[in-house]
Amino acid sequence: MKIFVCLKQVPDTDTRIKIQGDLASIDANGIKWIVSPYDLYAIEEAIKIRESNPGTQVYVITAGPKPRASEALITALAMGADEGILINVAQPLDANQTAKALAATIKSEGGAKSENGARLILTGRSSGDYNQSSVAQMLAEYLEIPHATVISKLQFSPDSVLVERDIEGGAKEVIQLKLPAVISTNKGLNSPRYSSLPGIMKAKKKTIKEIDFTILGVSAEDFKVKYSNFTLPPDKPAARLISGDVPSQVSQLVKVLRDEAKVL
Amino acid sequence: MNNILVFCETQNGHLKRSSQELLQKGAKSGHKVFALLLGSSSTAAPECAHHGAKVVLTAKSPALDQYNSELYLAALDAACETSNPSVILAATSSSAKDLFPRFAAKKNLGLVSDGIALTLQGDEVLVTKPLYAGKCFAQASFENSQIKIVLMRPNQLPVDHANSSLTAEVTDLQVPQLDLSTIVKEVVKGASEKLDLTEANIIVAGGRGFKEAANFKLLNELASVLGATVGATRAVVDEGWVSHSMQVGQTGKTVAPTLYIAVGISGAIQHLAGMSGSKVIVAINNDPSAPIFQKATYGIVGDLFSVLPALTEEFRKILKA
Ligand SMILES: Cc1cc2nc3c(=O)[nH]c(=O)nc-3n(C[C@H](O)[C@H](O)[C@H](O)COP(=O)(O)OP(=O)(O)OC[C@H]3O[C@@H](n4cnc5c(N)ncnc54)[C@H](O)[C@@H]3O)c2cc1C
Repeated sequence: MKIFVCLKQVPDTDTRIKIQGDLASIDANGIKWIVSPYDLYAIEEAIKIRESNPGTQVYVITAGPKPRASEALITALAMGADEGILINVAQPLDANQTAKALAATIKSEGGAKSENGARLILTGRSSGDYNQSSVAQMLAEYLEIPHATVISKLQFSPDSVLVERDIEGGAKEVIQLKLPAVISTNKGLNSPRYSSLPGIMKAKKKTIKEIDFTILGVSAEDFKVKYSNFTLPPDKPAARLISGDVPSQVSQLVKVLRDEAKVL
Repeated sequence: MNNILVFCETQNGHLKRSSQELLQKGAKSGHKVFALLLGSSSTAAPECAHHGAKVVLTAKSPALDQYNSELYLAALDAACETSNPSVILAATSSSAKDLFPRFAAKKNLGLVSDGIALTLQGDEVLVTKPLYAGKCFAQASFENSQIKIVLMRPNQLPVDHANSSLTAEVTDLQVPQLDLSTIVKEVVKGASEKLDLTEANIIVAGGRGFKEAANFKLLNELASVLGATVGATRAVVDEGWVSHSMQVGQTGKTVAPTLYIAVGISGAIQHLAGMSGSKVIVAINNDPSAPIFQKATYGIVGDLFSVLPALTEEFRKILKA
C-alpha cells in the first residue's frame, strides 16, 4: 500500500519577513526554512499507519526549488518516511498549479485508482505562508477521489477511514470516507516525532527522486492568483499603560474602552 | 452590472454576521446579489433580502441541513448555473473553506481565501490578505478565471442596519441525488455554544500566567459578563488546561475581533500571528517587558489574580448601567 504525504517548505515561524524591491515577493535572504507546521501531523500519521500496516510505503512529495526544498523532504525522511519526490520548480506556484503538479506526479506513480497506486494522501490543513487551505481539496478533485479537511482524529482501515473534522465552536463532524482519499491534518491528530540523529543519517541514504516541473503538463492558464503590492504591517505605538492602584486601573480601562476606543 | 453569488450561513436560524457583511458589500458595489441558503437555513431568506439580496436561491433538501462536501458541491453547481455569477463571496467558515477550493478546481476557477479587505469595482476584484502569518500583507488579483471566488475573514467589513422593507425573489434549486463516498455520521457538539473564536466580536484569552487550569474560571467569568468567547495560548493547550479548539495563533485559530483582552500571555510571535488583526488589544501582564505590550493598544502591568476579578466587576457595573 502506498501513502503519499504532500508537504511544503515555509519560513520558520519566528523568521522576520522582509520584502523584495518589486513588492511581489519576500526577500529569501537569511530565511530559515522549515516544513510547514501542519504538514508534520500528516507525516507522523502516515508513519503511524505504516507501523500498523506492514508492507506500506510512505512517499513524501514537495514542489519547490532545488536544493532548498530537498531539505524539507530530508526532514520527513529522517522522521521515517521511505522515499522522497522533489518537483523541482524555481518560480512560486499558486495553489491550483501546485495541486495540478502534485496530481500529475501521483498519477505517474500509479495514480489513485489502481491497485498499486495511492490508498491515502495526507497533507497539512494549511501552509504557513499563503494560508489558502486549498491544495488538499484541489488535489482530490484532480484525482477524482473524496477529501476531508482539518482532521484531528483518523481511524484507518483498508477500504475506508473514519475521521473527525474540527469545525466551529469546538464541534466535530465524524465522517466516513471511501479510500483512496485526500485528508488534510490539524493539530491534535498526533504528536509529530522529532527527527533523531540516526534518523537523519538514514535519511541521507534514502532515495529522493527528482521530477522537472515543466514535464508535468501544468500550463500558464492554470495560474489563477497573482500577489502584488506586498507591505509590512504598519508600526504600532507600544501600549498605553494605565497606572494607579487596581481599582483605579480597571475603572480607567473600562472608561477608555467605552469612550475612546468605543468597543463596548 | 454583474451578478454576485453569496454563500450564506446561519446560526440558530439567523443569518450570520459574516454573511450580512458579504451581502451588503455586494449590494453596495452596485451588482445584482444572489444569496444561497442550503438546507434548513432557507428560513433566513427574508433576512438575506433585508441585507441586499435581490434573489435568494434555496435548496430545501434535509440532506443539506448538515455540511457534506459532495452534496454541497452539487448544490453550489446548481446555484452557479442559475445565477451565472462573475464573483462568488463566502466567509472563511469551516464549510466554505472545505467546499470552495474543490469547486474552484472542478470549474477551473481562481480562489483567494483569508481576505481582510475587498475591492469590487466594475470587473475588478482585488483582495487584501495577510501572508506569512500576518507578518506581511499583499494584494491578490485573479488571472484566467471566469468566476472569481473570494473567502473573507468575518468581522472585516461594516454592517449597516438591515432594511426590512426590501424583498427578494426566492428560487428553489433542484439538486441531484448522489451516490456518496463521503458520509457525515454525526456531529459532536463542542463545549461552547458561544460564537466561534473566528467570528467573535470580543475575545478574552488566557496564557500560562493563570498557573493552573482551575484558575481559568476567572477568565470565563469575564467572558460571560462581556458575552465574549474564550481563547488561549498554545502553552496552556499543550498543558491540557483547555481544548485545542480554543488555541489562537499560527497553529491555532486566526481571529479578528473588535476587542481582544490578553491576560497572562507573553505575546510570542506565533501567538501574535493569530490575533494581531484585532482592532483593540488590551494586555494584562505582571512583566512590563512582555512583548505583548508592544502590540497592545492599552496595557495594565499587574497581577492578573487581582486585576482580573476587579475588571470583571467593573464591566458588570458599567454594562448593567
Ligand atoms: C511552530 C510553533 C507554533 C506555535 N503556535 C502557537 C500558537 O498557535 N499559539 C500560541 O499561543 N503559541 C504558539 N506557539 C508557542 C509560542 O511560541 C509560545 O510558547 C506561547 O504562545 C507562550 O504562551 P504563554 O504566553 O501562555 O506563556 P508564556 O510565554 O510562559 O507567558 C506567560 C506570561 O504570563 C505572565 N504572567 C505570569 N504570572 C502572571 C500573573 N500572576 N499575572 C499576570 N501575568 C502573569 C508572564 O509575565 C508571561 O508573560 C508556537 C510555537 C512554535 C514553535
